[in-house]
Amino acid sequence: MIDVRLGATLRSMAGGRQSFPVEAGTVGQVLERLQGAYPELSAVLDRGVAVSIDGRIYRDSLLQRVPDGAEVYLMPRVAGG
Amino acid sequence: MSLQHVTTTVNGDAAEFLCDATETLLDALRDRLGLTGSKEGCASGDCGACSVMLEGRLVCACLVLAAEADGREVETIEGMAGTGELHPLQTKFLELGALQCGVCTPGFLVAAKALLEEHPDPDETEVRYWLAGNLCRCTGYDKIIRAVLETAADLRGQ
Amino acid sequence: MELEFTTRTTFDKVGTRPPRPDGTDKVTGRALYGADLAGAGMLVGKVLRSPHAHARILAIDTSRASALPGVKAVVTRDDFPGIGPDGKVKGEVEENVWDVARNVMARDKALYEGHAVAAVAATSTAVARQALKLIDVTWQVLPHVTDVDEAMKPGAPLVHEDMITAGMDPAPEEPSNIAEYTRIEMGDIEAGFAAADVIVEQTFRTEAAHQGYIEPHACVASTSEDGVAELWCCTQGHFSVRDMCANILGMDLANLRVTSSEIGGGFGGKTTVFLEPVALLLSRKSGRPVKMTMSRDEVFRASGPTSSTSITARIGATRDGRITACDASFRYQGGAFPGSPVSYGAVCGMAPYDCPNVVLDCYDVVVNRPKAAAYRAPGAPMASFAIESLLDEIAGKLDIDPVELRLRNAVKEGSSSVYGPTFGAIGFVECLEAARDHPSLEAAPGANRARGIAAGFWPNYGGQTSVTVNVNNDGTVLVSLGTPDIGGSRASMCLMAAEELQIPYERVKAIIADTSALGHNDTTGGSRVTHSAGLATIEASRRVIDTMKQRAAALWDIDVEAVVWDQGCVRPSGANAGDHEPLTFEAIAAMAPSTGGPIAGHAEINAEGAGASFAVHVCDLEVDPETGRVTVLNYLAVQDAGKAIHPDYVEGQYQGGVAQGIGWALNEEYIYGSDGVLQNPGFLDYRIPVASDLPMIDTVIVEVPNPGHPYGVRGVGETPIVPPLAAVANAVSRAIDRRMTETPMSPPRILAAIDGSP
Repeated sequence: MIDVRLGATLRSMAGGRQSFPVEAGTVGQVLERLQGAYPELSAVLDRGVAVSIDGRIYRDSLLQRVPDGAEVYLMPRVAGG
Repeated sequence: MSLQHVTTTVNGDAAEFLCDATETLLDALRDRLGLTGSKEGCASGDCGACSVMLEGRLVCACLVLAAEADGREVETIEGMAGTGELHPLQTKFLELGALQCGVCTPGFLVAAKALLEEHPDPDETEVRYWLAGNLCRCTGYDKIIRAVLETAADLRGQ
Repeated sequence: MELEFTTRTTFDKVGTRPPRPDGTDKVTGRALYGADLAGAGMLVGKVLRSPHAHARILAIDTSRASALPGVKAVVTRDDFPGIGPDGKVKGEVEENVWDVARNVMARDKALYEGHAVAAVAATSTAVARQALKLIDVTWQVLPHVTDVDEAMKPGAPLVHEDMITAGMDPAPEEPSNIAEYTRIEMGDIEAGFAAADVIVEQTFRTEAAHQGYIEPHACVASTSEDGVAELWCCTQGHFSVRDMCANILGMDLANLRVTSSEIGGGFGGKTTVFLEPVALLLSRKSGRPVKMTMSRDEVFRASGPTSSTSITARIGATRDGRITACDASFRYQGGAFPGSPVSYGAVCGMAPYDCPNVVLDCYDVVVNRPKAAAYRAPGAPMASFAIESLLDEIAGKLDIDPVELRLRNAVKEGSSSVYGPTFGAIGFVECLEAARDHPSLEAAPGANRARGIAAGFWPNYGGQTSVTVNVNNDGTVLVSLGTPDIGGSRASMCLMAAEELQIPYERVKAIIADTSALGHNDTTGGSRVTHSAGLATIEASRRVIDTMKQRAAALWDIDVEAVVWDQGCVRPSGANAGDHEPLTFEAIAAMAPSTGGPIAGHAEINAEGAGASFAVHVCDLEVDPETGRVTVLNYLAVQDAGKAIHPDYVEGQYQGGVAQGIGWALNEEYIYGSDGVLQNPGFLDYRIPVASDLPMIDTVIVEVPNPGHPYGVRGVGETPIVPPLAAVANAVSRAIDRRMTETPMSPPRILAAIDGSP
């Protein structure tokens, strides 16, 4: 079980709930299963997110493994100048 | 409107071109003679990226009419290195990493060479004021100033 | 995919300072920048821009311009394919293409002074200029708004009549100029302030600044009759230029090849398109190559400066200097389209500190100004100006040394970040300690002099990267990169390849390849290149070594497991592997044609694991109480680079960011008249720092390795512009004993503060 949390900038978009448990082994599965299980996350997911796993931020890595019990946050996609 | 015939010397070689009466020396160098080392950063004399020597005087080529070069000598960045050998300022800029994007570099080098020819032993403040007409947005000027001061010392044999 | 590596700590070549491979061309004037390309039959393209801050375009009549001899093409909004708000996007475009397409050419309305409304291609600049004067636009001038606070008021002129604020629940019924609202919330804000012994609150304002790259935007487009096109331009990301142009113009990605010229500065401002789609259209219509360049005036009026902001912030702390709570409202205008960097900025402002209770309200606001583009650590310098100024107030009230106050609250490995995740290995405490212990801090400032200290943070970014390392038969190596080199990155890539391949640096050269030669590369931005392209270069080099081991093993007719790579040679791994003379890199390269063909390594990766970078800046300055003029006397920039590959260019990033930040703090601002027209679109009136304005800028490179890179690299480009606004403001405030809350801190503002007037 992975407890997906919302990064601070996304929390206001999901009705205040902060924790979204899913069974998943990869980033792609996390995103797909969140989409199915939590309709309130659709606004967050539709705008595109990065995923932080144990403090490391992954922006486009659907195949990345997510260890069970990892700290997982959804984050806005940030690039920079 | 008829074009003007300009006969000039650029980097020691005879050169001639036809230009509009309102055309700047910078445009003529770049578009008529293909010497694109002098850059247009502002076209108003504020950035110094087009610094060239005209009859031994440091000028912004964007503030000089092309026709004014008639019968006079122009030196540009393309003429700074000797045959097969860089000018000591060019070498020092490379050694000290005194450039990042490099677009202001030709102007700085032409201006710095003019400084050292006139004042072989400038202090930091003199270098900063002499180069105040050349804008650099990448380096914060630190390494450029150091490169000019070190080259000056090298040329004086110190 | 996760790349396997452990972080290396000893180096042979990395960390040295050799000359860059592109250097000689740049000191001799040979290097070709955006405006330096010429071709046979090339036309000159020019843009007609709106003289009004906000106006409906009732009609555009181009017939007189088209009839002018020498005019070969005219384009207006009618020539752009329709893109719906939900238009499908090809490639890797991150920006909203609907907005970019409308920024490139106005449709129903001109949204800011300088907004493009038509363009011509003609046989000369003079003819093109004359043609622009012959285009008749029928305007209906509308009320405008350029100030962020004014734009948020009810009844303000609406930039987009139908824009409903996103992110509010329930959604507002009435349209407004607030594009998006975001709340960042953590802990219990009321309990946090209840636990505070001291609470400080201020409102801050920063004016818009421009990246100020010395090279104006420039491009050359050439479109063939079969729809295939080539584009040459100065950009931070030619792959994203390709993707944006193809999307805006309805082209297949394979039909557009983009070559990045040398680039004369970008700082985020060259991450989008302005002229490029227009040039492609003009070329398509005329059947000729078209060159377009912006004048400096156009760069200021119509490229992408950063936001002006208005920020109200409140911070509470205990008597012993622990931050207990921060709530703040951040209002950033992003110009005429949504997308100001407000929420990143807000997060970056508080990111250096371990504060359990936070509420940050973020408003992305549209106004009648050019669409903001990224500018070095987008959004962060303004937020840090507010937060770091308030921390200085707290330090003063509690009589705690400002570095010590920050040390008591600094995030470290294991701290929760304000944006959520837990920090890995970071170097903020190390930066604070290096600043505290630096000898330049021993000297006490004199009369009218003071010292200001501020910290800064940028998260950095990795991203998609594709690199090829080709081995030539003489043993030299060519690295093909897809990330435009703005500040010396080719030298860093050559160092990393030489380090991996154990060959001399001088034997490695690097080039920036065009979009047809490599897989997708994300833009040079987000401080990503030395990290991501470095990672890919190292990975590609390792694949070269793998191939070389295979070739040697095959030659010796032994298993590849029985050979090792050691000191630039392939050797048998031990006595059992047989008695073979080691084969050097050069020897294997020379044998390549007869042992299976060319040897090359590729890496196509999505570089994750960019490490966050923290900085601490110290500024000593003097204020002239008669004139209000500030002279910066000494400046120290301390920053964690993880590992400095080429220290000259790391120091250069620190120094350049400081100079830009000092300019923003003291001089630079967009000044709009009551007519909504920019008053200072030139370097004379928008004054960036010149050499005589600045002292030498001292640097300390802290190296706390980033575990997300085999050499420990962190991006360094953006963080250096984050602290200077506050470092300068804290010093000025101490020098005049008045809190400075607005940038630029120009002489009139400083005199007004000294006089006590608002």
